[in-house]
Amino acid sequence: MSKTSGSSASGTTPKMKGDKVKVFYGEKQALQDVDLEIKPNEVTALIGPSGCGKSTFLRCLNRMNDVIDICRVEGKITLDNEDIYSSDLDPVQLRARVGMVFQKPNPFPKSIYDNIAYGPRIHGTASSKAEIDEIVETSLTKAGLWEEVKDRLMEPGTGLSGGQQQRLCIARAIAVNPEVILMDEPCSALDPIATAKIEELIDELRENFTIVIVTHSMQQAARVSQRTAFFHLGELVEVGDTEQIFTNPTDSRTQGYITGRFG
Amino acid sequence: MTDAIMNSKPDTAEIRRPSPGGERLKKRYAAERRFRLYGLCSILAAGLMLVFLVGSIVGTGWSAFLQTYVKLSITFDAEYLDPAGTGDPAQLQNADYGGLMKKNLRDNFPEVTGRSDKRKLYNFVSPNAGYVLRDMVIADPALVGKTLDLWVKASDDIDMLTKGYVDRTEAEDNRRVSNAELAWYDKLDNADRVETRFNTDFFVNADSREPEEAGILGAVTGSLLTLLITLLLSFPVGVMAAIYLEEFAPKNRWTDLIEVNINNLAAVPSIVFGLLGLAMFLNFFGFPRSAPLVGGMVLALMTLPTIIIAARSALKAVPPSIREAALGLGASPLQVVTHHVLPLAMPGILTGTIIGMAQALGETAPLLMIGMIAFIVDIPGGFTDPATVLPVQIYLWADSPERAFVERTSAAIMVLLAFLIFMNFVAVLLRRKFERRW
Repeated sequence: MSKTSGSSASGTTPKMKGDKVKVFYGEKQALQDVDLEIKPNEVTALIGPSGCGKSTFLRCLNRMNDVIDICRVEGKITLDNEDIYSSDLDPVQLRARVGMVFQKPNPFPKSIYDNIAYGPRIHGTASSKAEIDEIVETSLTKAGLWEEVKDRLMEPGTGLSGGQQQRLCIARAIAVNPEVILMDEPCSALDPIATAKIEELIDELRENFTIVIVTHSMQQAARVSQRTAFFHLGELVEVGDTEQIFTNPTDSRTQGYITGRFG
Repeated sequence: MTDAIMNSKPDTAEIRRPSPGGERLKKRYAAERRFRLYGLCSILAAGLMLVFLVGSIVGTGWSAFLQTYVKLSITFDAEYLDPAGTGDPAQLQNADYGGLMKKNLRDNFPEVTGRSDKRKLYNFVSPNAGYVLRDMVIADPALVGKTLDLWVKASDDIDMLTKGYVDRTEAEDNRRVSNAELAWYDKLDNADRVETRFNTDFFVNADSREPEEAGILGAVTGSLLTLLITLLLSFPVGVMAAIYLEEFAPKNRWTDLIEVNINNLAAVPSIVFGLLGLAMFLNFFGFPRSAPLVGGMVLALMTLPTIIIAARSALKAVPPSIREAALGLGASPLQVVTHHVLPLAMPGILTGTIIGMAQALGETAPLLMIGMIAFIVDIPGGFTDPATVLPVQIYLWADSPERAFVERTSAAIMVLLAFLIFMNFVAVLLRRKFERRW
């Protein structure tokens, strides 16, 4: 995996940018003044111990926190310099541009075909059967699942194995053609072989998508990401090229975490 | 018994190795066996109760599906039907068929002379027998003047006699059937002129004062019309309320208050809903009394909490990950509900709805309040016609003094149970269908 692209991309304009992001759950503050840039066509890994706010930050990026009544977001998050929390931007439209893959594979209890076709259908990006067929095939191919399921597209997606289900969920997210894909610990429920496949897939997807991944596995962060952000107790401690974070962290807390002294 | 325990003790101790836990383990197994035994006993007791209940209902009610007919020689006397010989249909329509029937009875039993005996004789056949003759004559005016051997429906007392519910050894005064009637009956019986047939009238007639004419169709139609209104009102309103409360409403003090109230409403005695319906629908809005429309509305009020609670728990049971998946793809909250959550919750919602409907089908008290207890002899043709429903019909018949209504009460209960079983069967089918699709 190329680590050089991390430094070469540092000059480009950020795809998404968080500016003094604060998140409150009721009275409790979960995130404090997070400033983070997500660069295009890179994999940004968010690492940190449990409860450090990395998933919270991830869910701010496509406003999935809106669903939680008591959650309140302050600060500014932009997507291509557009404030995603402004009233002009519809969260439904935003989520079509910023897709998400969840911790536990959650295919709809429908056929594999309908799982992929759902996004294009509700967004009207494909109207004819032929167009949808094509999207289904390309999405499944990109997710590396086509060869395994092409003969049973009408079978329920819930009948696949865990790893296949997660790749189905990735294919489902790709089918909408988002600009950014958020992944919330996508491999935590999978075995090592399925994990390896997903990681390989993430690396390939980087060509066309900007990816933000939350992970508990530092090896995974080191393997798939170009940039890494370390969160601790609701604070963004350190962000930088993955290589630098893992070999030469500037903050002692980062060093402590990656060397396994806490977390 | 004691021997067995003595013998088994060292045995088990050897197998389980001597340890302080050995005795406790034995106790634990004994407790488990006892528990299973209790469970088995309670299921057996419940099963016995059910068998007894169904057995007693079927045992009492099965004979209501049969009706006694007696064969009499009937002369379509032109003197009664068409004395002028005009052949005018209006004349045939309005002729004295009751008188004709009485004359024929006198002719069939020439030995009867006394006034009171004659009156008894007239009660030998159903009072409606005359109308049967009229229908025959109108269908075929050529019958006038002819004599035929016809099967005529017997009265309820004679019907009871055939079915063995009259004790001939009782003193005559304690019997519904007098010695004279017994003699006439035996005369017919010996001539093979008594027969029991399948009681079609029970299924195609509405209620009647005469047990042999009373049927269930009026009440069945009333129940169906009422339930249709109930379903049309309570299902959409209940499901939408549940969806709003579960998926869209903010969680605050007001929605908590609404939730508590819905749960309380489910426990409100049904007669209270009847009073509400009486005050609101009849007295305030002036809707017709005894009508399936109002009955359905009252039962819808009663069923709503059941449906809302069942639908809410069915919606709650849909895993949140499905909602997140759809939201994450950019589905709007309404699309999340209509495309994913609602179809997944549908089997549970349908089950709840059918339970609510079954409850409504068996409900009597609130309907008494809005006048559906009236004695209605017509089969209701619409939602505003006066009607009665099955449970109220059962109640009315159970209250009637005639012996023949006893078996009809049980028969009506069988019909009601058949409807309930049918509804549950439909519920199972619907669930299967929806579950297979997903």
